[in-house]
Parts: sequence; C-alpha cells; structure tokens
Amino acid sequence: MANIRKELEKRILVLDGAMGTMLQQYKFTEDDFRGERFKDYPSPLQGNNDLLSLTQPVAIAEIHAKYFEAGADIVETNTFSGTTIAMADYDMEDLVYELNFESAKIAKQVADKFTKENPEKPRFVAGSIGPTNKTASLSPDVNRPEYRAITFNELRIAYKQQVEALIDGGVDLLLVETIFDTLNAKAALFAIEEVKEERHIDIPIMVSGTITDASGRTLSGQTVEAFLASISHIPLLSVGFNCALGAEQLKPYLQRLSNETEFFTSAHPNAGLPNAFGEYEESPKQMQQFIEGYLKDDLINIIGGCCGTSPAHIKAIAEAAKNYEPRKTVIPA
Amino acid sequence: MTETKKYLTLSGLEPLVVTPESNFINIGERTNVTGSRKFLRLIKEEKYDEALEVARDQVDGGAQILDVNMDEGMLDGVYAMTTFLNLIASEPDISRIPLMIDSSKWEIIEAGLQVAQGKCVVNSISLKEGEAQFKHQAKLIKRYGAAVVVMAFDEDGQADTYNRRVEICRRSYHILVNELKFPPQDIIFDPNIFPVATGMDEHRRNALDFFEATKWIRENLPYANVSGGVSNVSFSFRGNNVVREAMHSSFLYHAIKNGMNMGIVNPTMLEIYDEIDKDLLERVEDVLFDRRDDATERLLDYAESVKGQKKEQEDKVLEWRSDPLQERITHALVKGIDAFIIEDVEEARKASEKPIHVIEGHLMIGMNVVGDLFGSGKMFLPQVVKSARVMKKAVAYLQPFIEAEKDGKQEFAGRILMATVKGDVHDIGKNIVSVVLGCNNYEIIDLGVMVPPEKIVETAIREKVDIIGLSGLITPSLDEMVYVSKALEKQNVKIPIIIGGATTSRAHSAVKIAPHYSNTVVYINDASRAVTVVGDLLKKDSEIYKDQIREEYDKFREQFLKRTKKKEYLTIAEARKNKFKINWNTSEIVKPKQLGIQILDGFDITKLEDFIDWSPFFRSWDLHGKYPAILTDEIVGEQATILFADAQELLKRIFDEKLLKAKGIFGLFEANTVNDDDIEITLPEGHVERSRSTYEFLTLRQQSKKAAGKPNIALSDFIAPKATGKQDYMGCFCVSTGFGTHELAAKFEADHDDYNSIMIKALADRLAEAFAEYLHKEVRINHWNYTDDDNLTNDDLIKESYKGIRPAPGYPACPDHLEKKTIWKLLNVEENIGVKLTESLAMWPAASVSGYYFANPEARYFGLGKIKEDQIEDYSKRREISNEEATKWLSPNIAD
Repeated sequence: MANIRKELEKRILVLDGAMGTMLQQYKFTEDDFRGERFKDYPSPLQGNNDLLSLTQPVAIAEIHAKYFEAGADIVETNTFSGTTIAMADYDMEDLVYELNFESAKIAKQVADKFTKENPEKPRFVAGSIGPTNKTASLSPDVNRPEYRAITFNELRIAYKQQVEALIDGGVDLLLVETIFDTLNAKAALFAIEEVKEERHIDIPIMVSGTITDASGRTLSGQTVEAFLASISHIPLLSVGFNCALGAEQLKPYLQRLSNETEFFTSAHPNAGLPNAFGEYEESPKQMQQFIEGYLKDDLINIIGGCCGTSPAHIKAIAEAAKNYEPRKTVIPA
Repeated sequence: MTETKKYLTLSGLEPLVVTPESNFINIGERTNVTGSRKFLRLIKEEKYDEALEVARDQVDGGAQILDVNMDEGMLDGVYAMTTFLNLIASEPDISRIPLMIDSSKWEIIEAGLQVAQGKCVVNSISLKEGEAQFKHQAKLIKRYGAAVVVMAFDEDGQADTYNRRVEICRRSYHILVNELKFPPQDIIFDPNIFPVATGMDEHRRNALDFFEATKWIRENLPYANVSGGVSNVSFSFRGNNVVREAMHSSFLYHAIKNGMNMGIVNPTMLEIYDEIDKDLLERVEDVLFDRRDDATERLLDYAESVKGQKKEQEDKVLEWRSDPLQERITHALVKGIDAFIIEDVEEARKASEKPIHVIEGHLMIGMNVVGDLFGSGKMFLPQVVKSARVMKKAVAYLQPFIEAEKDGKQEFAGRILMATVKGDVHDIGKNIVSVVLGCNNYEIIDLGVMVPPEKIVETAIREKVDIIGLSGLITPSLDEMVYVSKALEKQNVKIPIIIGGATTSRAHSAVKIAPHYSNTVVYINDASRAVTVVGDLLKKDSEIYKDQIREEYDKFREQFLKRTKKKEYLTIAEARKNKFKINWNTSEIVKPKQLGIQILDGFDITKLEDFIDWSPFFRSWDLHGKYPAILTDEIVGEQATILFADAQELLKRIFDEKLLKAKGIFGLFEANTVNDDDIEITLPEGHVERSRSTYEFLTLRQQSKKAAGKPNIALSDFIAPKATGKQDYMGCFCVSTGFGTHELAAKFEADHDDYNSIMIKALADRLAEAFAEYLHKEVRINHWNYTDDDNLTNDDLIKESYKGIRPAPGYPACPDHLEKKTIWKLLNVEENIGVKLTESLAMWPAASVSGYYFANPEARYFGLGKIKEDQIEDYSKRREISNEEATKWLSPNIAD
C-alpha cells in the first residue's frame, strides 16, 4: 500500500464529495432500504443511509467509483452514522459491526481497482466517523445545565466498536469528522488510541471540526485555536474543517488553523450555504473559484466537499488542485 | 509555514498559550474545597449556583486557569467534580479559560477529564506510588489530551533538598518524555514550596533550594514549566499579614526570575514588591536566601514589631514620602491617599515643560498601575474609586494652569456618554462605572439622571462620543432603554451602547434592545467588567468582538424565546379559580388600634442604625458576601473592612451633623377584596376632606400553570373579600431618608470626591430601607398592634421572619408601578412629606421606600412571574387606561 504521507508531500490530495446528495438521486423507497434481508424489520428504515451498504451495495460502489473517476484520491466509507448511538434511532445497534465492515470492504474494493489501473495515483479509503446525534459537553435540557444525554465512556465504547470494524474492513485511514462537540471527538480519539495500542498498529487519523456559523466557533463554543489545542495531543495526519459553511465562509477559519498547526490541513466545505428550502446551489465552477483562493494562499493539503457537492464539484476542485503545490508543513517527530 | 513550536497550549473555549514572553500565569484556586471553607460549604449544600459565582469571580479577577478540587472525606468527589464541571461548561464566561483538575484521587481526575472538552491540566501525579502507577496515569492523561503537574515526590517521599528535587524531576521527565513520548511542553513541575523561618535548621534552604531547582529545571529539562503554591512559604507567620504579604511578593519575584512561570497566588495577600518596606524586604530576603545565621530571628523581631499595630503602619505610610516624585504620585494613586497629592502635583508641574504633561506623564503612569492591578484582580472597586478621587483632585488643581496655556489638551482613550434614563433617579451604579472608566483614561460625559432620549441622541451626535452608557434601576427604565435605542437608530447613530443597572439583564438586552439597534448592544453586569468591554469595543479590530457579541445575543435570544415558549399559562379566569384560599371563618383579623393617616416628621434618624441591612451596601460596591461574614472573607475581607470603616465614619457624620433628614407617612384603613383582584380601601369618616371616600388597589395575579395544589396568588388573596361580610384592614406607607443626599453628593463631587458621593447615596439607600423596616415593626407592635410578640433581631428582619408583609410596588409581588400613584393620592404623600414621583414613577429623593402593609398571618411574599394578554386586557379596564398603556407599564412581566 502506498504511503499517504509521501503522497501528501508530493501533491494536494482530493477527498470525495457528498454521499447523501448522490443517494437522493436513486430515490430509494422504504422497500429499497429494507431489501430482502430486512423485509420484516420492525422499525421504519428509510433514511438510514448507512444501511444501504448492506441492502444496495452496488449503488454505494457506483458512487465511490464516480468520485474516483472525478479525480478523488480518497473516498469516505458510507458509515457517518455507524455507531450504536446513532443506530439506536433504527433499533440497529447490533448491526454496527457489520455495517462498518461491509462499507469499508466496498470502498476498498473500488479503490484497489482504480489504483491497479493507474498505480501512479494510488487511491485511499477513509473510514468516516461521524459525531453521533448526542453531545457530551452540552445539556439538551436548558433547565438542567448539569445534565448530559451521553457520557465520555459511552461514546468511547461506541466509537471503539466502529473503529475496529472499519479497520477490519480494510480502511487506510480514519476520519473523525463534522465535530460539533470537541468532547465527542476526544472520546473517538481515545478509542482509536486504545485500538492502536491493543493491536500494535498505527493508522493515519484525519480530524475535521465544524465551525457552525459566523461566530467562528464550534457548536460547543470553542474558537478555532481552542479546538486545535484540544485535539492536538494525538499525532494526527491532518486537521481541518467541514460542513455547515461553504468554501467562501470557511476560509478565514481555515487560515487561522493553517497558521497554528503543524499537521497537514484538510477542508471539505458544503456547496455554499443552503437556500430557503435547505438545498445547496453553489455550482462546481463557483466552488472551484473559492477553492482556488485556498490554493493561492497555500492553506490546504487535502480538499474535498461536504453537503451538496457532487462528482462535478470534485472534478472542478481536482482540476484546480493539480495546478498548485501542497501547503508546506513540518510534522513533529 | 511556522517552525516547530513547543509551548504549553491549553484551552477552554479559548486558547491559552504559555510562551517565554508570557507573563506569570495566575491559577485561580478558590474553587477548591481543601483551601476554601466557603466553597466547601457551598458544594456540601449543593449550592452550585453560588459555587459558580466563586468560579466567575476568579475569572473576572484575572485567573487564567481555574483549579477545581473536590477532595473532601464527606463529599462524593466524582459526583461533585462531574456536576460542577458540567455546570461550568454551560457558563461561557467561566469556561473560556482552561481547567486544572486537582485531586489526589485518580477516579476524580478521570471523572473531570471525561467532561472537559478543552485541554486541561491534571494536578497532580508523582512517583510516590512507584513507576508503574506513574506511567499508567501519565499514559491516560496523554490520551485524554491534558497537560500534567508533576510533584517532586517519589517512593522515598517528598523532595526537600535541591538534589532530591533535581533527581526526581529529572527521573520523572525522562520517563515521561523518552519512554511515554509525553510532550515535554505539557509537563509542569511543582518542586514543592515549603515554609521558611520555622526555626528548624533543615528548613533554612527551603526557598533557596526551590529557586535553584526551578532554575535547573528550566535550563536542563527542555520546554518543561514550573508552578507552585506560594502561600506555603510564609506559613510560620500566619496572622501577620504585613510580613506574609512581603514574603509572598519577594518569593514570587525571585521565583519568577528563576523560571517559575505559573502558580497559585492569592492576589489579596500580596504586597507590591517595590513598596515593601526596605528594612522588611532585607530581612525577608535574608531568610529566603539564607544569608545570615540570625535571619529568622531578625524577621521574627520585625514581625513582633508590626504585629497588629496600626500605628506602625502609619509610620510606614509616611516613609513613602521620601521616595522620588513619580513613586510618590503612583503610591498616592494606588493607595488612594489624597493628603499630599496637590503638593506632589505642584512639584511635578514645576519640573514639567507644560502642566498637561503632568497628567499625561506622572498621573497616567500611576493610573496605568491602578488599571493593571484592577484588571488582574489585585485591586477592588472601592480602592479604584478612591484612586479616582486622588486623580480628580490632581487634575482639578492643574486645570487652571492648563487653561492659562491654552494649547494643551488631554488625550483620552475614548469619549463615553453616561446617563440614567428618563424617569429614573438611581445613579450609584452609573457613577461607579463612570469613575472606573475615568480611571482608565476615558473621557466621561455624564448627563446625570432622568435624561430624556432627545438629549442622549443630541449629545451623542454633537460630542461624537464613542460609546453610550445607559443605566436604570426601576423596571420602566427597561422600556425607556428600548426607546432610547430606537431613537438612536432613527437618527442613524452608529455608536455602541452599553447597558447596566439593577433590573437590566443580558436577557433584556439581547431580547428587547439589541434587535432594535443595528450597532452593538452589550449588557454589563458589574462595574469591573466595564473596562474590558469598553476596551474591546474601542480597539482597532473591534468588528470581530462586535460580531461575536451580536452572534452571542442572537443565539441567546433564540434560546431564550424557545425557553419561554415552553411555559404553560392559565387564563385569568382559571387563575382566579385557583387563588390562594384563606379560611375567613377562622382567620384572625385584628382591627388596627389607630385607623387613618399618620406623619413622621422630624424623625430621629439615629434610631435606624440598628435596622440597617449591610449586605446590599457591600454589593453596591461589587463586594459580594453576607455581612458580617464578608468582613473576614478570604478574598474581599480586607477591602470590605476598610469600606465598612469609611461607611461608619460617614454615618457618624450624618448622625452628628444631622446631614440627612428622615420623613415618613403611613395609613391604616378598612379594606376588602372586591371582584377577586381589587382591594377597596375606605377612608375613616371625617378624616380628611376628600372628593371620594374609597380608593382601590389593583393587584395582579400569577398566571403560570402551577403544580397540583399550588395556588395562583395575588396580593388581594390576603384580604377578606367583601362577600364574606368580614371587615378586614390594610395599610400603606412611604418613607424617605433622601432629603439632603443630593446636596451632599453635589458637595462631594465639587470636591472631586466620587468616593464619598457614591458612599452617601449608598448609605441613604440603606437608611431608607432601615426606616421601612423600623416603621413596619412600629406598625406591627403599636399602631396596628396585631402582634405583641415581636422580639425579632435585625437578622430575623432581614430574613423576613415577621408576621405580615410589606410588599412594594415595582417589586416581584406587585410589579405595577402605577400603584404608587394610588398610594400617593391616598396618603397625599407629596404634600405631606415631599417625596415626588417621576414620570416613570421612580421616587425622588431616590432613597425612598413605599409599599403596602398586609397583616394576615398567611400573607407571604411571592413573585408574580409572567402574565398573559387576557389579564392585561382585564387590568386595563379596571385601571381605566388603554390596553397599550397597560402593556407599556407591565411589559417586563408579559409572557412573550
């Protein structure tokens, strides 16, 4: 397997775009989500995108392939909600291992195929680890500020299970992303370190936080610099931001991050800000122009897209990225 | 790209980077149950709200890291740590700084690490229990993403010599950095500060060994930091603060020089290094550096000579008079001594090219010291106000010289308009903020009290002010502030507004004012925050700050509106059905001994002294705590004692020279409730010539949905309804001790003495409250005579343990200020004792109290809470005013 650090020193790597946006085009029905296997499952399953890795694996593989064709170097597994905590919504806690394992396998097979065709451009699979739907440092009840809906240990155990399955399924790296609450991310990083130690392995880790709005802070209230200080205790491959903002709005925070960190940097912004109907409208061309701004200012090592982005966006981004040198960085020994 | 940086970087909501250029990092330690009895009590009693205030005080006082310790035998430490840190997480102004999780129990440390999103410090681990445990804990700390304090402690015990300190720190560092790959910058050594001058020979090198070990660590263990708890060093001089403070500041001075870059220091127990008496300093440093065999004896001798002797202190006071000029001026400003300032300023003026240079040079240098000390929590509000008094006197002296020159003009950091809004007369808070800002070189344009909006708008534009400060105490002022902000917006004024005063709140500013104003609106909860907020608003890149504030308020408003929507309300008809029920068949009704109106003129004001509730007095000076405990409080005790002595002195003058006049009036009447919520008052026959013989008090009823069995109360529930056929009674009153206050305050101000100007107002307020308390007692025992067993102490009165109540219009049980108009008519208040009502129905003089008397044993204080539209409509009909006007007066209580 090619070494991703070496690739990152040579060029800017391109991450894939949205999975959800692509899946919408398939217009899967409740029956499609269920497939044969979950025909009689007691809870409604439509909307459980992670489940499609088991019931519609061909579609998932197709989407990965489209992003690789568009020029992506890294695709993310279809496992954003692959923890017992998030799967509890569908009563599918017991399927977590299998969901992650199969999703990793699908992505890895597609990646290997592309690498084989063009060994000069090795392709990677990042195991996507989402934030879950609960926050460890915020109370969901304003009248009980001391209350927490989830604890660090519950998160750690759930994340550990996901990480083990992703690694077993063959991912090349792990991507802890869309971090609203830094404490959740710290639990994920803690779990990864445990797995690394128990298995005597090393695996590159990408961390990607989310600046929720123009306050310039995470949902849990941290500034860019405070967030960075809170997650830099682990030797990360990269740190960056994704989601909530478009490429244009994200830039000042990326700039601050880039100034402060010795890790590689990443960004996968949304296709602009959503319109009144919650749709993303920024065209590939527009997004490409904003990303050019990142590239000109030497802010970025890994670049991709989040909500609302498509293979066309990724193609535009990849075309821009190949004309620029990667951001230079010093990785501490 | 940046080069490899290895600085200790911590975070709460915001980062803290400890670079070689950083000043000493001050760790706040009052949130420690082993170090603060008060905090321990609060945690034991689960008074977490108050415990949070302790944390907030630490942050406001300049702490950069917050140490939290819950190690106490009777506490569930894991629970207490988790709960307290979770609560801190929901207070952004506390959680912005990093936490130090302090425990000797690993499970408490881990509990703390599991609830903190920022990068914390663990305090502490050591080799005490051997390498295996040390490594295990260090590995987990790294995995949790925290820095760590390492005690110089190993299997053989605590390091007490230079060699042992070096040996243990070297070994700890080697294990951490080389074996565990622990980031070296995340290591903070605590090489043990031990007491000196204990009389034991083996303790003689304690300080010196610490200094040398610190230096060795900083030179030989790359990137590691050094910390310590400073107060230990002076342990053998407990009770002698003169010596202890000198020891702390000298120790700190040398420890910092040797490389200690963070630590726990109590700022109130710290003398300013350069101000330590030279003889004392020499003796202290002889001890710290073990310079003479008789060093301890010599320091003990000195200690004996200053023990509890104020006279010695006075000698010391005069000694500073022989210092160089600048030092004398700075000293006078820092200590608030005005006795020599004219003399010193004159000397400075003669030595300066232009008189203005004395302000810009000598005086500003001194005021900057004051500003820094206040900003870092080393000075308290009353001290700063005293400094301002000295400054003002100096400036006033120079003014004629400056004008004679005509070409000098003082450069200010900004120009700030301050006003108490229309209809409101309360200005203590506004004056304190003005003084504090004045001290920080802002030019204050103080428009005084009852300022109409047009004047605020016009002055703001004409004077090109940088910030507009609005203050008010009574609830109608809240609306007035909204009105002012709209008026400013209409004129397209783009000047930030700061809001303060007792009834103002962040919620009101965010929900009611900010949406009407396109520039920034900031709520300031106490005077000490004003300097920071104004500084942030006026700095070059203030846009970021302003955006943050707006964003914060938008978010707050959103959450606030969401929250208020959750509350359920009854209709007014339903609420009336669920009224507070008194059994009028058995309830005892006492007929007052004397019905009718009585006036107290020429009242002997000295009678009020024993009725004063002092705690609010301290609060008005930003010193928080209950009297008398506040006088011995660990943090503010010293300042509280000084302030209290000054207050006593002025109070004595008030009494001896009869500076203030007290007047009161009250009436006791036949009364019955009619139509559920109104109380009909009947004047005694032939009492006074009046056009009418009955008046009605209109009360308001709680409307929020209560738990089963809990009533929706209105004050009218405490009076027998007419339908019962029982004759009931009720009273009302107005007292004032404010006559003379305004003139006295003006006199003090003319003398540039803000300190006493604020003091006289604060005292008049206390006396008015005391008068209300006194009169209530008289009424209960004599005039109404419904209770004879009234041997309550002042403490009982403060706790409201008496029978019957005296609620005041404008306060929680009856927020309707319009009721004052009824009291005024009923008692002819203005004519009889001269207390007036402003258009917002504030009382003038400000130091006045008015209210009702209810005698029923079941009557109790309550808060009205929010009410709904249907009650407003009903009320406006009863009051015979438009719905709109009713809404205006009651708006703070109307549910959204």
